[in-house]
Amino acid sequence: MPVTLRINGRPVTLDVEPRVTLLDALREQALLTATKKGCDHGQCGACTIHVDGRRQLACLILAVMLAEREITTLEGLAAGDELHPMQAAFIEHDGFQCGYCTPGQIMSAVALLNEPCGDSDDDVKECMSGNLCRCGAYPGIVAAVQQVRRAGAR
Amino acid sequence: MSDAVFGNRAPVGAPMSRVDGRLKVTGAARYTAEIPIEGVHHAVIVGSTAANARILDIDTSIAEGMPGVVKVLTHRNAPKLPAQVGKPPASRVLTLLQDDVVHYNGQPVAVVVADTLERATDAAHRVTATYDAREPLTDIRHAGRKEYRPESANKEADSASGDAAAALSHAEERISREYTTPIENHNPIEPHATIAVWEGDQLTVYDTTQYVVGVRNTIAKTFGLPADNVRVVSRFIGGGFGTKGSTWSHVPLAVLAARETGKPVKLVLTRRQMFGSTGARAQTEQRVTLGARRDGTLVAIRHESVSYTSRYEDYLEPAAVITRSLYACPNIETTHRLVQLDLGTPTFQRAPGEATGSFALECAMDELAERLGMDPLELRLKNYAERDPESGKPFSSKSLRECYRVAAERFGWARRKATPGAMQDGDIAIGYGMATATYPTNRSKASASVTLTSDGRGGIDAVVQTASQDIGTGTYTVMTQLAADALGLPVERVRMELGDTRLPPSPSSGGSQTAASTGSAVEAVCREACVRMAADGATDPASMAAWLSRQPGRTLTVRAESKAGKGDDDYAKHAFGAVFVEVRVDRALGEIRVPRIVGAYAAGRILNAKTALSQLIGGVVWGVGMALEEKTLVDPRTARYMNANLEEYHVPVNADIGALDLQFIAEDDPHVNPIGVKGIGEIGITGVPAAIAGAVYDATRIRVRELPITLDKLIMGGGSAD
Amino acid sequence: MRPFEYTAATDPADAVRLVAANDGTRFLAGGTNLIDLMKLEVETPRAVVDINRLARREPALEQVAELPDGGLRIGALVRNSDLAWNPVVQARYPVLSEALLAGASGQLRNMATTGGNLLQRTRCYYFRDTAMPCNKREPGTGCPSIAGHNRINAVLGTSPECIATSPGDMPVAMVALGATVHVRGPEGERAIPLADFYLVPGLHPERETVLRHGELIVAVELPALPFAARSHYRKVRDRASYAFALASAAVALDIHEGRIRDARVALGGIATTPWRSFEAERALVGHAVSHTLFRTAAERALAGAVPYAENAFKIELARRTLVRALTIVSEMTAR
Repeated sequence: MPVTLRINGRPVTLDVEPRVTLLDALREQALLTATKKGCDHGQCGACTIHVDGRRQLACLILAVMLAEREITTLEGLAAGDELHPMQAAFIEHDGFQCGYCTPGQIMSAVALLNEPCGDSDDDVKECMSGNLCRCGAYPGIVAAVQQVRRAGAR
Repeated sequence: MSDAVFGNRAPVGAPMSRVDGRLKVTGAARYTAEIPIEGVHHAVIVGSTAANARILDIDTSIAEGMPGVVKVLTHRNAPKLPAQVGKPPASRVLTLLQDDVVHYNGQPVAVVVADTLERATDAAHRVTATYDAREPLTDIRHAGRKEYRPESANKEADSASGDAAAALSHAEERISREYTTPIENHNPIEPHATIAVWEGDQLTVYDTTQYVVGVRNTIAKTFGLPADNVRVVSRFIGGGFGTKGSTWSHVPLAVLAARETGKPVKLVLTRRQMFGSTGARAQTEQRVTLGARRDGTLVAIRHESVSYTSRYEDYLEPAAVITRSLYACPNIETTHRLVQLDLGTPTFQRAPGEATGSFALECAMDELAERLGMDPLELRLKNYAERDPESGKPFSSKSLRECYRVAAERFGWARRKATPGAMQDGDIAIGYGMATATYPTNRSKASASVTLTSDGRGGIDAVVQTASQDIGTGTYTVMTQLAADALGLPVERVRMELGDTRLPPSPSSGGSQTAASTGSAVEAVCREACVRMAADGATDPASMAAWLSRQPGRTLTVRAESKAGKGDDDYAKHAFGAVFVEVRVDRALGEIRVPRIVGAYAAGRILNAKTALSQLIGGVVWGVGMALEEKTLVDPRTARYMNANLEEYHVPVNADIGALDLQFIAEDDPHVNPIGVKGIGEIGITGVPAAIAGAVYDATRIRVRELPITLDKLIMGGGSAD
Repeated sequence: MRPFEYTAATDPADAVRLVAANDGTRFLAGGTNLIDLMKLEVETPRAVVDINRLARREPALEQVAELPDGGLRIGALVRNSDLAWNPVVQARYPVLSEALLAGASGQLRNMATTGGNLLQRTRCYYFRDTAMPCNKREPGTGCPSIAGHNRINAVLGTSPECIATSPGDMPVAMVALGATVHVRGPEGERAIPLADFYLVPGLHPERETVLRHGELIVAVELPALPFAARSHYRKVRDRASYAFALASAAVALDIHEGRIRDARVALGGIATTPWRSFEAERALVGHAVSHTLFRTAAERALAGAVPYAENAFKIELARRTLVRALTIVSEMTAR
């Protein structure tokens, strides 16, 4: 069935079966492959995207459920060539190695800026625990998130 | 990449940000499954639901009739392929739908190809098989187990120096303890993925691999193709940790599916399918027997390890190898035995052998220290090996003493109480532990090329190529730095290309060998280019640019190979480190937290302070997971992997990782290899599980000798009531 | 996933009618559990009715509203994170906020709904793997967990047919608080005390609640319970975050001059349902706060526990978890 999604501010019309997840629709049909598939069962956070500004998991949403909703993927984060401060901070603090969990980490971290997460590193660690990083780049991730939070970015 | 970030000269060693960082934080880096291929079809593997079995019947009729399905391959219709005989890591014994024998649960028994992923997945579920299954063996600890010494495996099974038996019988103190480690799965976040594209007899394979050359060789042999007909591409790899070092069955199956359907085929393993068919760290049972004088001098070490392999291939988890080289002792005996289980073949996993073996050896050292009333650090210093106990050779360099000193000081080891259980904070018991870390420095033959081009404005652009891989380790970045330094160019004028068998061959990204192997080749080829230009008097960037602009095409390409040469065997080569941990254990609930880990590591020259630190951090995080969380569960009746997912197979989350204070000790090693580096990808995990186990004991007086140290072991081990 | 029909409902009555009309039709809200299970083919609905847009017609479904009697009505489509961050919940029912925040991850809490979370299904390895038998998934096929891997499974409320643990956190807090579930079916609305909502497996592990097919959860109501301002949720798990409970305790205490006037106790991670422990509550009420009292209450709570090969530790762990939660609540100053 045809469904029109608003992805990164643009309408994208896809012809999908109801069983197609947002994750597979993005990766296999829209060819927006920044959003990663790590577990396909809501257990790793690699597919984190924003729906109406809130972080969610694209692997557990059917594409057809999202008509009229605003979807943001990592591709929609940077303003042209200018990186979002969170993206720049991840590079600066080496908040990744292989980079595969990174889109989900960054989308989670950006959403976190608008959540009632406490100020401490421990609070950030808890709030970011839904994003597994098997390379173990957690210290760099926390440093990046804290740098952006302390700079007051949104 | 702006100059402001790292300056336009990034000397080797500088904490330069990753050159591929921007691609990764914007999502522009395309991993295997993301390569757009016109008309690509999706292949989905059907895994067996039995082990130690034969397929009685397999029904594909429903699947074949479903919309979009173009092919269902089983052992009944799959073409016969040449038998595989090869050595790991390049070649493994694979299961490629060649017969009705099912060794392990999850073994591929069919491959479904359809036009969409959803249709292929659905149809794969509709393939049903019946099995004649015999009771499987799933755990090395079973009655009447048949152990054997592998004749040919990846490591020498036994070693003996001196007479350990005699020395043990006369030792003033002796302890003998058994330690076990479970099956652990690598679980990189990117699943294994392959895209196979045939054009006539030419084949391109996009694969998520730590070894593009290995994939090419395996595929060429499996399909009887000249190696030149096969191109393997792997530009970005979402973590490997060993599981992507070998070419597993799904890769040729994807190639086969593409050949049989005449379509380009993409095959991505599910998380569940990564349990069984792509290796795992083998379960081990290790007995360590130490004999010592009362002053702590070791007189004998015996380390006996039993691990499993599959029914169809020997893989040895070399757990006792570390014991051959770590401590000075005249009588050292190590043995490895294998037990066959009805599971998939295990494989290399981050510090194979050293991770499991250091848990046993270092825990035993702690237990000996306690028996002797010695500080664990003092016992290790007492038995410091000035030369390699195994070979008798000098170390190319060894700064372990400095590692102990620096890490102990930063940690505050001196504040440790001699009595376990002495540090309390309300409900929390605090414990300290430490261990030695080590990993050998490996090097394989590698080659690289450099193409220098004058830009016509007095500048030079360099393209460096090698068929290596960047699995997150920073290969793109450190090779760029090495080349820029050797060529005297700014890093932004150097472009690194890798992950393609069309480039000069390089070894697998495993064994912490990439910097030593491929790095030596990159530096050699850049120096060779400079030598050629210098022969004509071009020795600085301006004269080199002028020289280049006089060449045909204004360009120079040089290719070189680098390998260990004469004299390289004169030294034993290892990186060393010391790791200290603090644990906080809830005395009633058994929850173990690791708020603080301090480590110091000496690993030769550090090519990039930022990415190298990330390597250590990653290794230490793995150590925490191994110590406290990771264990693959196998159903004893069916050999089915029961926690084959990322919810029930626990890996560390962000909240599990406390403050990590890790640093490198400067080490100038002129002997180890041309660029003076030792591997850093694996040493981080070593020692950490033992240090945590020691700290848990220090906090609770409960010695857990069976990983992972989950809270049930403390609750049932007599943790005090609230 | 098998193919299925998809309908997005905008009217609650339509949604109920569509689901009630066909045994194979399911409500779809947050999707965090149902879509996961559909991928595993543990759930294979022929049709799903998306209820995420129902609040346009009936805004209360997405609202948290204070009731005249001092209680709280939580719309079934209120997301877990919104409920956890709700200031009224944080102030008056901290145990609920803490339980919600102890569950899953930030992303999942943004998706999961109150109604859906009440129906979250077990994490038993065997239930989630269609290659294995399971009485809950396929009645009559047997329970391989009893003689297999059962470290994560239940010690309370089990039967020879099933020992699967109820996995949730939010429901444990709600059971402790004495919540009531409001459901709407083809025949109208009814209210079910949450403690009566769940069924222990007995001979029919496939039946987990008293919900009839086609009944839609529309709200959960919490009673006023002023002393719940002094409440706490303690969860123990295999890692510091993002893992299911090995044991958890939801506790609220009404303490006056050192003596317990009233108590609410529920346990999670160890039972086949969110486990209200009236035994523990009875042991506590009327007595002076003491460690011995808490230990006695914990013994009572676990009195009927039956261990299996790998999960005997849960009995002692649950006792200690409850003692810890009681201790923490008893040391709180009344808010």
